[in-house]
Amino acid sequence: MINLAIEVGQTQNPEAILFWVLGPLSVLAALGMLLVKKAVHSALLLAWVMITLAIFYIAQDAPFLGVVQVIVYTGAAMMLFLFILMLVGVDSSDSLTETIPGLRPIATAAALGFGGLMLALLSRATLGRYAIGLEGANADGNVQGLAHLLFSTYVLPFEVVSVLLITAALGAMVLAHHHRTTQRPTQRELSINRFRTGSLASAAGLAGPGVFARHNAVDVPALLPDGTPAPTSVNASLKARGDVIDSSNFQLDNVDTSAKEEK
Amino acid sequence: MNAANYLYISALLFTIGAVGVVVRRNAIVVFMCIELMLNAANLSFVTFSRINGNLHGQVFAFFTMVVAACEVVVGLAIIVTIYRSRRSASVDVASLLKR
Repeated sequence: MINLAIEVGQTQNPEAILFWVLGPLSVLAALGMLLVKKAVHSALLLAWVMITLAIFYIAQDAPFLGVVQVIVYTGAAMMLFLFILMLVGVDSSDSLTETIPGLRPIATAAALGFGGLMLALLSRATLGRYAIGLEGANADGNVQGLAHLLFSTYVLPFEVVSVLLITAALGAMVLAHHHRTTQRPTQRELSINRFRTGSLASAAGLAGPGVFARHNAVDVPALLPDGTPAPTSVNASLKARGDVIDSSNFQLDNVDTSAKEEK
Repeated sequence: MNAANYLYISALLFTIGAVGVVVRRNAIVVFMCIELMLNAANLSFVTFSRINGNLHGQVFAFFTMVVAACEVVVGLAIIVTIYRSRRSASVDVASLLKR
């Protein structure tokens, strides 16, 4: 029986080492993507998976695709992801609680079934002939070979894909463009609102972070005259990220006065 | 070194991506898992291209990359639009048709 798992001639051992080092790392990173809580960490792990795939492409005689993978995916697509993450709010970290009861066990069971099926199928698949390798196809160079195919056999799909790219760019512009439904409030209106609505305490603006505490970093809430921290003095997205430091450690009461007395 | 080992990795990555789409609630993470599935399919294309000894598989991987790039652009624009109206990037929040 000739298995799919056939020795594909050329540099055997270095590629095997590369594979057994990077393969497990990429699967671990992909698993980590599922398990980490913050979306930014997921994005970084996905970028790593994409880099390992680029290395796999280069190892498999597809240098053009390897370079395109780094430029298009790791470079452009992942940066777009991170950009949107920053725009939509880093605070949008997932709550890892199940919203649909029983979803997670079912999903895991289905994944084990599907994955097991795929692996079993691959291990038993036969090609019926020996694998060839790309030495012949890449004889004139990988880029030249791809270009020859793209501009002869696949010229129509190539043009259709270019239409798709233009349509996607236009669609994104239409979707992301946004009209104001109400007039932007003028400075005068904002000022009137500050005095007429709410309490006069915030009429002069909210307190800045760190006021009256011994620490004026942006992540430390200001202390009110009675010593309690003012929650409105720190940025809401810092609070959502859980990066706010407890300011009670910096109260003036806690200052070590012995140092002063020595002076 | 078996070329088929790459296919196993591809199958594993695809499965992990599929679980991520089902399990995670943040729309951006769901989207990244879809990208992972597309990448896994690309790895299969490249490996089969090598096993068969011609470049057709690589051409298809190239087309998949272009389509994935379009998908990222439009999908993220949709997520930004939903975020503008609902102030949330969770896929559970956009359930207006259900209620």
